[in-house]
Amino acid sequence: MPQYKLDYLDLLEAESIHIMREVAGQFDRPALLFSGGKDSITLVQLALKAFKPGKIPFPLVHIDTGHNFPEALEYRDRVAAQTGAKLIVRKVEDTIRARGLKEPIGKFASRNALQSYTLLDTIEEFGFDACIGGARRDEEKARAKERIFSVRDEFGQWDPKKQRPELWNLYNGMIAKGENVRVFPISNWVELDVWNYIKREGIELPSIYFTHEREVIVHQEHLVALSPFIRLDEDDVILKKNVRYRTVGDMTCTAAVESTASSIDDIIAEINKTNISERGETRIDDQVSEAAMEDRKKNGYF
Amino acid sequence: MDLLRFITAGSVDDGKSTLIGRLLYDTDSIKVDQLETIQKQSKNKSEGEIDLALFTDGLRAEREQGITIDVAYKYFSTTKRKFIIADAPGHIQYTRNMVTGASNSDLIIILIDARQGVVEQTRRHTIIASLLQIPHVVVTINKMDMVDYSEEVYNSIVADYFKMAEMLHIKDVTFIPISALKGDNIVNTAGNTPWYQGETLLQHLETINIVKYINFSESRFPVQFVIRPQSDDLHDYRGYAGKVLSGTYKKGDVVTILPDGIESVIEAVEIHGKEVEEAFAPQSAVIRLKDDIDINRGDVIVTKNSQPKVSQDLEATLCWMDNKPLTAGNKYLLQVQSRRVRCVVKEINYKLDVNTLEKHENISQASLNDVVHVTIKTASPIVYDNYNALRANGGAILIDETAHTTVAGCMLI
Ligand SMILES: Nc1nc2c(ncn2[C@@H]2O[C@H](COP(=O)(O)OP(=O)(O)O)[C@@H](O)[C@H]2O)c(=O)[nH]1
Repeated sequence: MPQYKLDYLDLLEAESIHIMREVAGQFDRPALLFSGGKDSITLVQLALKAFKPGKIPFPLVHIDTGHNFPEALEYRDRVAAQTGAKLIVRKVEDTIRARGLKEPIGKFASRNALQSYTLLDTIEEFGFDACIGGARRDEEKARAKERIFSVRDEFGQWDPKKQRPELWNLYNGMIAKGENVRVFPISNWVELDVWNYIKREGIELPSIYFTHEREVIVHQEHLVALSPFIRLDEDDVILKKNVRYRTVGDMTCTAAVESTASSIDDIIAEINKTNISERGETRIDDQVSEAAMEDRKKNGYF
Repeated sequence: MDLLRFITAGSVDDGKSTLIGRLLYDTDSIKVDQLETIQKQSKNKSEGEIDLALFTDGLRAEREQGITIDVAYKYFSTTKRKFIIADAPGHIQYTRNMVTGASNSDLIIILIDARQGVVEQTRRHTIIASLLQIPHVVVTINKMDMVDYSEEVYNSIVADYFKMAEMLHIKDVTFIPISALKGDNIVNTAGNTPWYQGETLLQHLETINIVKYINFSESRFPVQFVIRPQSDDLHDYRGYAGKVLSGTYKKGDVVTILPDGIESVIEAVEIHGKEVEEAFAPQSAVIRLKDDIDINRGDVIVTKNSQPKVSQDLEATLCWMDNKPLTAGNKYLLQVQSRRVRCVVKEINYKLDVNTLEKHENISQASLNDVVHVTIKTASPIVYDNYNALRANGGAILIDETAHTTVAGCMLI
């Protein structure tokens, strides 16, 4: 009998592809949220594989906060063009103007929370019934109990008490008009799985994931890139450091880590050695409150 | 390196949270910042000691508030395997949560408090494990430190459990004496149980054979999506995308497309756009056929040698998961893999007491957490297998037609 054995990455991939195809099969207008970050890059790779030799049967959508790393935007456009999928970009800036929203203030004024408005408007504009996102359950507690198919009401709200039981590999994507489903195909992957997969697949990444010299300030032990989007105070000391990013978010709320890693192998070695979780090391906005994520999710955040 | 999914079950205070915390801690799966948070919360512990149970704190807090909670997933890995833990706590919604968590698990860890031995809950967890056909059962006898690591205590609990397991037709059971608090026989052998020669829990989790329980002989491939590029170079390409639930598929195989029963031959099997020799469970693949037939999402491609059931009349054991009760005559949608059809639950034949396996007849309703045996009639034929014979194609869910919620998990018969 042949050896019917699969590697864990093959098993994770097979499950994620199954989910991608369920989305394509169950929904009329799905979309894949693509930011140029490693998790959404992984999603694009999975979507490509799921529908080969056809094209990805849904558009890629980016909610642009205006605070992105230029390297990530350049990468986003290039990859979207390569896949042949349609890229839709909607800007938080425009939502702020159109809706008269208040710009957040403060040292690291983050538009992270405002993204939800733009996302909901975009969902409405295109009538998306499913949005595929790259969230993983290992990221933090509120995610750990979220379903792979997570239903949101008209206001984009997540109600943890009303989650549908999810059994076997059967996904219930039935919704009423106005509702939509957030789908998380890599729910069961952890950070290292993503890195190992990127390595195995030879996926190209935005340059900021690798070591580079950057001007930063130190804030509560986090290294924050100098950018027009943060407020410099008198006692801030600007340092030049060799850094890389472990995750790609907004320049205002994503911290860099000191690193000399110039290849995926180096990165994997570093992650294996570090003892701090991805979120703890890189997300400035989550430090505010333990329940920060859960609160944002209830309000339509991804 | 492969992947094992397991679920943990125990009554409240048996030490389930501590055990999960211990597994994560002793395999260095907990990051410093997470540890610091826990240390801050471990107030009533002496310096340096941490409350391992707090790693599952998010759920614990909810439990204390009496909020309905469901399955949370935790992850860790060693050099041998990646592990996915389904943590399904809560007493009120217990059956529902456990059934959900168990549906995807290759293995269940049932905790027994060494001071209490086999209790009603143990029986119930075992019955649910057997209903859901979890291939491996590990019974950990916890808090051995509180019974002086006594071999007699351990042996008598093992004997009690064996008796019960035999009655429930559970075959593959492994017993391990542990102390989740002290760490005995979980990742490390602490030397407190010299009379125990078996594996530690982690060794066991790392080495049990998972592939053995995948069915490679009866081939089931539900079509999820039809790939039709319609580009110039792939003008006539038509590929059926799906997941091999069981069995294998290769070029030249004679297949039947169900429920219509049309026959064809496999032209090619592709994975990620490349032709492969063979696709096998649980791979996601694309199948192309020699004949140009109309196949849609929801159809199932099977090889000729083994046929599933194709029927509109079926029986099922189901776990009711909704607050609104099930009444005979109610209509729902039944989803089996990618096929969703309208159905009516014609009869509730009996209710199964998950503590005793007793059957209660003359039942008019099933409420949340009830396990009942029902007769269902569907609007059009569905393709399925007996859950106990082929787990991969025997599970189904019922969906409320207007609320769209998932109201039941069904083991088809
Ligand atoms: N002595 C001893 N106490 C334990 C052991 N495992 C858990 N406990 C204690 O039992 C109590 C309940 O444990 P917990 O993990 O919260 O139980 P759960 O309700 O099953 O999650 C806690 O006070 C634990 O410290 C053990 O092996 N030995």
